[in-house]
Formats: sequence, structure tokens, C-alpha cells
Amino acid sequence: MTIDFNQAESDLTRDLRAAIGPTAADVAAAQARAGDAAAWTAAEVAWVHVPSPIGEIVLAATDAGLVTLSYGERDGVLEHLATTVSPRVVEAPRTLAPMRRELEEHLAGRRQRFDMPLDWRLVRPGFTMRVLRATADVPFGAIATYREIATAAGSPRGARAAGQALGSNPLPIVVPCHRVLATGGGLGGYTSGLDRKRQLLAIEGVVVD
Amino acid sequence: MTSHRGAPRRSSGVTDVPLPPFSALLEAHGGALLRYLRAAVGPDQADDCFQDTVLAALRAYDRLEHRANLRGWLFVIARRKVLDAHRARGRQPASTADPPDTPVSPPEPQDDTVWKALARLAPGQRDALALRVGADLDYAEVARVLECSEAAARQRVKAGLDRLRQDRLLEAQR
Repeated sequence: MTIDFNQAESDLTRDLRAAIGPTAADVAAAQARAGDAAAWTAAEVAWVHVPSPIGEIVLAATDAGLVTLSYGERDGVLEHLATTVSPRVVEAPRTLAPMRRELEEHLAGRRQRFDMPLDWRLVRPGFTMRVLRATADVPFGAIATYREIATAAGSPRGARAAGQALGSNPLPIVVPCHRVLATGGGLGGYTSGLDRKRQLLAIEGVVVD
Repeated sequence: MTSHRGAPRRSSGVTDVPLPPFSALLEAHGGALLRYLRAAVGPDQADDCFQDTVLAALRAYDRLEHRANLRGWLFVIARRKVLDAHRARGRQPASTADPPDTPVSPPEPQDDTVWKALARLAPGQRDALALRVGADLDYAEVARVLECSEAAARQRVKAGLDRLRQDRLLEAQR
């Protein structure tokens, strides 16, 4: 009787691999558990992925609060955070569960204002900051025009610049740039698509053509 | 505003490359890392070692000077946690059975013999086997993590496999 050593070896390693596991769910759970343990000591940025009726959303926070809300394209968002805030980025679903809950309640029409803290560090100081702070004061179900926001930010003639500032909003939905419309009453613009702007307004009972 | 408080960065070529978000590193290598740890310390302790590895890696991450081989660096840290775990177990008076810590998934009953067989290996053999067969590192990488020659790494893996094969023959004869 001859023993095929290579065959025996590969059978053994194959069986070992199968027995060792882990399943994809085990890996995901271990990563999430470690990420939650790391926020906010070893990690500086935590994120969670939130499927929603208006598409995939990534919420990212620092220990100061929500630092960005982003539609889709997770890798790009995380790379941006790694270079602008810190590369010590982890997925931490439990840590962000309260923020996630607020977002989901809002999207389901059950929450009119957000209580989560905000980290404004990705907003450029100056005019952009003033525009977004003014936008944060526009209440649920109300609308403002670019001109009104520009005026509130101290530049009555800066409607166009206000539009650009809103386009760079790292905290959409929570800082409700979707509530800012064109001066003539038209929908205006929205960086991540006018359909989303329409949907977000519809949640608040605002219908715009 | 940026994160490099108190962490002076060297400006030699490699360190100027922006680090990927740590979670991308975990997404790429987390599976292999957990396989290594399960093979090296068993499923009950693997999750704790995984967490310790992540915490230690994160703390050193933006001071990191070995950016060219992030995966290798991650496994070196993981191996330190494995050694810690072996040492801690060595200190326990009754080291025969792992405490039934709550694992992420219920242990599969047919796996039991494999875990017992792995636990009977010499630590050096088990570690080498876990890196090669568990994490699927090549022998050069195994040698780098274990700080031994490639020939020694091969020898340890082979010795581990031989031992497992003997165990299996004994098992089959029963």
C-alpha cells in the first residue's frame, strides 16, 4: 500500500481550514465588537452603514459628534475621513446606534428635530460655516431661500455663494440643506441628486415641483 | 484638527503616503487575522485576542513606520497577543479546558477533535501552522512574523502537520 503524501497533506490542510472557520458573520461580529471597544480610546472616527429608503447612508462620528453623513460610496468617504480627521477609523455600530436611530426615525417621519451632537470640523470656517449654521435653524417642514440664508450669514447678495456652501455640507439631512430652495420657489440644487431633495422634503410634507 | 497630536511624523518617502482608513485594513485582512487567531488560541479566546490586536494596532497606527507591509505588521501584533494568551494560560493551574466563554457562533460539534488536536501541538508548531494554514501566509511571511528562517518556518509547519496526521490515524483506529 502506498500513501500519496501530497494528497494526504492537502486533505489534512483542507479539513483544518474547514474546521477553523470562521464564518463571514463571525468576522463581521468580531470587527464590530473590536470597533466599539476602540471608540473613543484607540479610534478617533467611528462609522456605521445605514440602509435607508433614500439609499445607502454612512454615518461617521468623532467623540465630539456626527462629523459626516454621506450617501453611498463608503470607501471614498472613509478615505476622506482618514486624511482629513484621522486614519484611526473603525466600524462601530453600537457606538453609533443612537445616531442611527435618530436618522431612521426622521426618515420614517417620526422625528422632527435631531438631538445628536455635531462635530463641525469638516465645515470651512467663515462664510460656509455661517451658512450651514443658519441652515441648521430652519425647522422641520419649513423652507428658506438661498437669498434668505445668505442674508442670515451676513451676505445678502451672496445667494449663489450660499448655494455653493450648502453643496459642501458634510452633514446633510441633519443640517437640513434640503430645506433651502431657489428664490423663485424652484427646487434649486442638491449635491446628491434632486430626487433625494424631493424625497426629504416630502417626508416633511413639503411638495415642490 | 488633524489627529497627529504628539505623534511626530518622519518625512521619509514611505511615511508620506497617506494611511488607509484602519477599517479598510481590517476589511481586507480581518478574516485572515481571525482565522489565524482561532487556529492559534482556539475559538473561545480568538475574539478577545482579535479585539486586543485591533486596539494595539490602532494605538500605533498613525505613528506607523512600516507602511509598506501593513498586513505583516498586523500579524506581528496579533502574534504578540497569541503569546500573551499562551502565557496567561500557562499561569492557570487547570489548563486542560478553556473556560466556556460565549463564542460569537455556537461551536460546531464535529470540530471538537480538531481543536483538541491543535491544542496538543507545541506552541511554536501551532503558531506556524496557524499562520500558514489558518491565515494562508506564505512561508516568507510566516518566517517574518515568527522572526525565524524560512526553513525553520517550513519545518515547524511540517512537524505540526505530521503530529496532526498521527493524531488522526490514532483517532481512526479507535
